[in-house]
Amino acid sequence: MTRTPLRPLARILSARAAGENPDVIERENLAERHEVIRDRARARAEGRLMFLGLFFFLAFSAIGGRMGLLAATEPMEPKAAATGAQILAQRADITDRNGRILATNMLTHALYAQPKVMVDPKRVARELAAIFPDLDGAALEQRFTDGRSFLWVRKVLSPEQMQAVHEIGDPGLLFGPREMRLYPNGRLAAHVLGGASFGAEGVNSAEVIGTAGVEKALDARLRDPANGGAPVALSIDLTVQATTQEVLEAGMKMMNAKGAAAVLLDVATGEVISMVSLPDFDPNDRPNPLVTKEAEPGDSPLFNRAVQGVYELGSTFKIFAVAQAMELGLVNPETMVDANAPMTWGKFKINEFEGHNYGPLLSVTDVIVKSSNVGTARIALQIGGLRQQAFFKSLGLFDATPIEMVEAPGAKPLVPSRWADITTITASYGHGVAASPMHLAAAYATIANGGVAVTPTLLRRDVPPAGVRVMSQEVAADAVSMLRQVVTRGTASLGEVEGYAVAGKTGTADKPKRSGGYYKDKVVNTFASMFPANDPKYVLIVTLDEPVETTGPKPRRTAGWTAVPVAAEIIRRTAPLLGLRPEIEFTPVDTVTAVADEG
Amino acid sequence: MRPVLFIVIFASMIGLGFWAYRENYATKDALDRVETLQSEIATLREALALQRAEWAYLNRPDRLRALAEANFDRLGLLPLEPTQFGEVAQIANPAAKLPFITNPVDVIGTQQPEQDFP
Repeated sequence: MTRTPLRPLARILSARAAGENPDVIERENLAERHEVIRDRARARAEGRLMFLGLFFFLAFSAIGGRMGLLAATEPMEPKAAATGAQILAQRADITDRNGRILATNMLTHALYAQPKVMVDPKRVARELAAIFPDLDGAALEQRFTDGRSFLWVRKVLSPEQMQAVHEIGDPGLLFGPREMRLYPNGRLAAHVLGGASFGAEGVNSAEVIGTAGVEKALDARLRDPANGGAPVALSIDLTVQATTQEVLEAGMKMMNAKGAAAVLLDVATGEVISMVSLPDFDPNDRPNPLVTKEAEPGDSPLFNRAVQGVYELGSTFKIFAVAQAMELGLVNPETMVDANAPMTWGKFKINEFEGHNYGPLLSVTDVIVKSSNVGTARIALQIGGLRQQAFFKSLGLFDATPIEMVEAPGAKPLVPSRWADITTITASYGHGVAASPMHLAAAYATIANGGVAVTPTLLRRDVPPAGVRVMSQEVAADAVSMLRQVVTRGTASLGEVEGYAVAGKTGTADKPKRSGGYYKDKVVNTFASMFPANDPKYVLIVTLDEPVETTGPKPRRTAGWTAVPVAAEIIRRTAPLLGLRPEIEFTPVDTVTAVADEG
Repeated sequence: MRPVLFIVIFASMIGLGFWAYRENYATKDALDRVETLQSEIATLREALALQRAEWAYLNRPDRLRALAEANFDRLGLLPLEPTQFGEVAQIANPAAKLPFITNPVDVIGTQQPEQDFP
C-alpha cells in the first residue's frame, strides 16, 4: 500500500498560494488515514468473531452429535473391560460364621407363552397340564385362546420339567432365564433367613427380593452391586444350629409342647450363635401366612417364637430385681428378707407356687434358689417402680431388639402404661410384662458379661462392641453365683451338665386368654441359662409353649421338669461343638502304664 | 533429491496403512477373544455357583446325620460328647528314642590275618 503523505507538497503550495491554511489539508489526510485503519481493524475483529463463532459451533455440534449418537444406539457392554463377571450373581450369598452356605442363587428358567405364535394351543394346554399337575388344562386352553399375546406359565422350572416342555416342541412356549434363591439346608435356620420371592419380572431377568427375616432386613446390602457379590456372614453356626434344632425338636415332642424356641448367644460379642423356633418351615417353599381370624399368630410355622413370641417370661425376671437391689446396695446375697406367704397388697394377694410358704425369712440367694414370689416382691418394693423401669429399660426389656430381622422392630415388649405398685410387684417375677426370648437372652447376657449391656446381632462380629455398664462386676458375679445355685440345689436341678457348670433360672407363666384372664392348664416354660458359671461364655434361652411332662402320676407343667432337661441336653451337645472344654476331674495316666507299650 | 523424498513418503504411507490395517484386525480378534473368554468365565462361574450350592446341599446336616445313622456299623460315628475332650497328660509318653550311635561300627568285615579260620 502506498502511503499518502499527510502534507503533500503540491497541495500545500497551491493552498498557500491561495491563502488557505495548510493544516486543514493535514487534518483531512489524517482523518482519511484513520478511517482506513479503522476499517482494517473492524474487518479483523469481524474475522476473529467469525472464527470463534465457527469454532464454538463445531465444538457444540460435535458434542451434540456424539450425544445424539449415544442416545440413538443400542446400549452395549464395553467389550474390552475386564469386569462383568460380578454382574452374574445378582444377590449376594448368605453364609454362616464359618463360611458355609445358607442361601445362594441358582440359575433356572421361567416358562412363558406367546399364544399368537402357538401352533396348536389345545394340545399345548393338555400336555402342559400333564407335566405340571397343579395346572388346569381347560383353564390354560381358555387363556391361550382368548386373544392375549403373552402370559406367564411358570416362574421356575426344574431341568427335567424344562426338558419335558422342550419336548412339546411348540414355538409359542418360551423360556426366560431366572436366578432363583436356594436354601440348601432346607428347614435349618428357616426363621433367621426368612425367604425370597420375585419382584419386578421381565422376560430376560427378574429381581429377587427378600420376603422375611434377614433376607428382607438386609435386602439393600444383599442386592447392592457395589459389594461385588461378597457374601454376608451371619453369626449363626450351622453345626450348632443343626444340633440345637435336633435336640429342641425331640424335646418338644417329648414334652408334648405346641411350640418351642431356643436362642444361644455369645456373651462377649452378642452374636446369636443359634436361633431355633419350632414348628418351622422350608424357606425354599415358604407357606402362606394364616388368614383366618381366630388363628393365633403362633399357630403359623412362619411365626418366629424366638423374636416375635412376646410372652410373660415368669420367674426368669426375678434375678433382675435381685441384681438391681444389690447394685443399689439395698441387699446383699445373705440379707434376710420377709418371704411370708401369702402376701397381701391392697386387694391383691401374692402367692407362692402351689401355695408354699418359704418364710418367714429367706436369704436373698434363697429367694432366687427357691423362686419365691413374695421375697422378690418385697425386694422390688424396696427398689420402687421408677428405678425398676429404668433398670428394665437399660437391659433392653422395653424396646424392640436391634437384631437384623424384619420381624424384630414389630415385636415390642408389652409393658403396662401405668406402673402402679402392683405392677412393680408382678413385673419383678415376670408377670404383667411380656418380652421375647431374644430380649431375655440379651438381658441375661448382660449379667453374664459382667454387667456390661449386650446388643444381640445376627451378623458376625469379630470385635465385641463397647457396651454401657448396667451393674458392677461384683453384682453380676453374685447374680451368676445365685443362678448357679438354682441349678445345684434349686428348681433347675435337672439342668446340671457335668463339666459345664450351668447357671440359670426357670420361669413358668400361665398363658393369657384372648378374652382376658389366664388359662389354668396352658403355660409357657422358660429356662434362661448361662455356662460355664465361673466365666460365662454363652447364654441359652429355651422356651416351650404349652408343655406337659406326663411321666409322673400327675402332669407336670413347671419349667424345672420341661424346659430345663431340654436345655441341659442342648448344652451337653453344643458346648463341645463350641469348643468349650468340660471341667472334669481326671486321673493323670500313671507314668509306668504310660510308657508300658514302649517295648 | 525431491523424487527420493516423495518415494520415501509414499512408501512409508503404504507401510503405515498396512500396519494400521493389521492392527485393526488384531484388535478386533482380541476383542472377540475377550468376549468368548468372558462368556466362558460367566458359564464357569455359574457352574461353580451351582456346584457350591450342590456341595452345600449334599453336606446339609440333616443328610449327614441320616448317612451317619445308616452307616453306623461301618463308621461308628456318634455326636461329639463332652467326655471326648482330653488332657495332654492323658496321652502316653512316646517310646524313648535310640541313643546316637557314636562308636564306630564295622559295616564290611575286616580280615585279621593272625586269626585262625575254621
